[in-house]
Amino acid sequence: MRPFLYQRVASVADAVAAAAPSGQPASLTSAPVQFLAGGTTLLDLMKLDVMQPQTLVDINDVRRGDPHIVRRGDALYIGAETRMAEAADHPDLQRDYPVVVQTLDLAASPQIRNMATLGGNVLQRTRCSYFRDPSWSACNKRNPGSGCAALDGINRKHAVLGVSDQCIASYVGDFAQALIALDAVVEIAGPGGIRLLPFAQLHRAPGDTPQIETILAPGDLITGFVLPVAPWTRRSVYVKVRDRESYEFALASAAVVLDMADDGTVKGARIALGGVATKPWRAKGAEGALAGKRIDQSSARAAAEIAFAGAQTRDGNAYKPELGKRTLVRALLQASQMSI
Amino acid sequence: MTPDGLYSRRLLLASTATAVMAVPALGCAQDRPAAQAAIPIADPRAAVSVELVVNNQKRRLAIDPRTTLLDALREHLGLTGAKKGCDHGQCGACTVLVDKVRVLGCLTLAAAVRGPVTTIEGLAPGDGALHSMQQAFIDKDAFQCGYCTPGQILSAVGCVNEGHAESEADIREHMSGNLCRCAAYPHIVAAVVAAKGSMKG
Repeated sequence: MRPFLYQRVASVADAVAAAAPSGQPASLTSAPVQFLAGGTTLLDLMKLDVMQPQTLVDINDVRRGDPHIVRRGDALYIGAETRMAEAADHPDLQRDYPVVVQTLDLAASPQIRNMATLGGNVLQRTRCSYFRDPSWSACNKRNPGSGCAALDGINRKHAVLGVSDQCIASYVGDFAQALIALDAVVEIAGPGGIRLLPFAQLHRAPGDTPQIETILAPGDLITGFVLPVAPWTRRSVYVKVRDRESYEFALASAAVVLDMADDGTVKGARIALGGVATKPWRAKGAEGALAGKRIDQSSARAAAEIAFAGAQTRDGNAYKPELGKRTLVRALLQASQMSI
Repeated sequence: MTPDGLYSRRLLLASTATAVMAVPALGCAQDRPAAQAAIPIADPRAAVSVELVVNNQKRRLAIDPRTTLLDALREHLGLTGAKKGCDHGQCGACTVLVDKVRVLGCLTLAAAVRGPVTTIEGLAPGDGALHSMQQAFIDKDAFQCGYCTPGQILSAVGCVNEGHAESEADIREHMSGNLCRCAAYPHIVAAVVAAKGSMKG
């Protein structure tokens, strides 16, 4: 690991000031100053020499003592400093937001869930082997313009949605899919103050600039998430399919939140897909196809076909569209059959 | 060289770095250039002064900021119970308790630790008896080579304290962050089941 300066800050303002850019533009991930919260992604990637910050700003004292999860008017506010385990064990979330708790419980290991914050979780970086191993020179995400070794390499776990000819690395998180399916809002503190943004707009597809993964700029700090409070959030599930039953990333996953009318038809469906896309993926077309319908095998399958209509596969991941469709069908059927 | 031998020289360096590092803690926009200018002056190779409470003992160290909690325990404090397996947060051999919560020593910076640390060396109550989880691992033959065992035991204590040892399936799920190359998993689950009844707090 390369040497770095370590400093602690005690407030959001101090954190933003410490990380705001000093002149030279940089993408968030290559900025010389990085925030240290749980450290489970950052220190791992620093040991691998994939990330090379010059300064770590430890934000673990920021907002300490406040309630991390609190009702604010018609919304539920979750502080970004909340640890994954704390959120997963929270009674309000367990009762009203099953999809949130399931995405957290099915992710990582207990130790990592005790350490990792929700803010860091949504920014966790891909597990593409070529990205994580600097002995491979070709990685546009790690070294812009160098090419992509995964295109014709071992790409069994890579994305089929939102890909470009520059990068096919999967977004591997789970919690982000719950946030998208709940229409959550992300709160961001930056040099210009606090701003709110639909969470679905936080991440960017790789396009020609895979090194730019979010709309965040250096100095921006995710401070919280805002969830809607409504009865339909209880009708929500996360289905995650992976190589082993625990402590593994998704090959395909689906977060589904359904608002259903009394007659059993869909008033509103929200669908986010994981493991198959380059960013937390909202399946808008599939959502629209379900409006006004009853959910059964045939309507769910039709929606899943739409969700994966644009899939682009490589040699190793040609199985993923079918797996992704079946995963979504299962999630839709499960959600529709819940008694809330 | 002992940690104490390093102490005086590195503390001097650390206090210099601390003085510089205090500058960026400013909130106003016009202060930002000054705060940024301070960063290149500080020496990232300077040691930082770290105070840890490990197994109820206060320990002061002057260490490289890169030092993980795992390396601080093993290399600077002589506590080699926590093991270095993968060093990337994948195997759980380095599991220790911080504030009674199980974490990975290899992905924790020693300088960033706030709460008291418990390692396998400090788990037993101190009256000569083993912690009930240690005793259960012996009674149930829950290890073969033993390399993962300190991490398994601390993780198991955390698992029970978190309330995630309600069934064998629950235990298997909530012990999945600790790999055992000898595959002693069935006996590990049996040990957690045996110990949880006698563990209180």
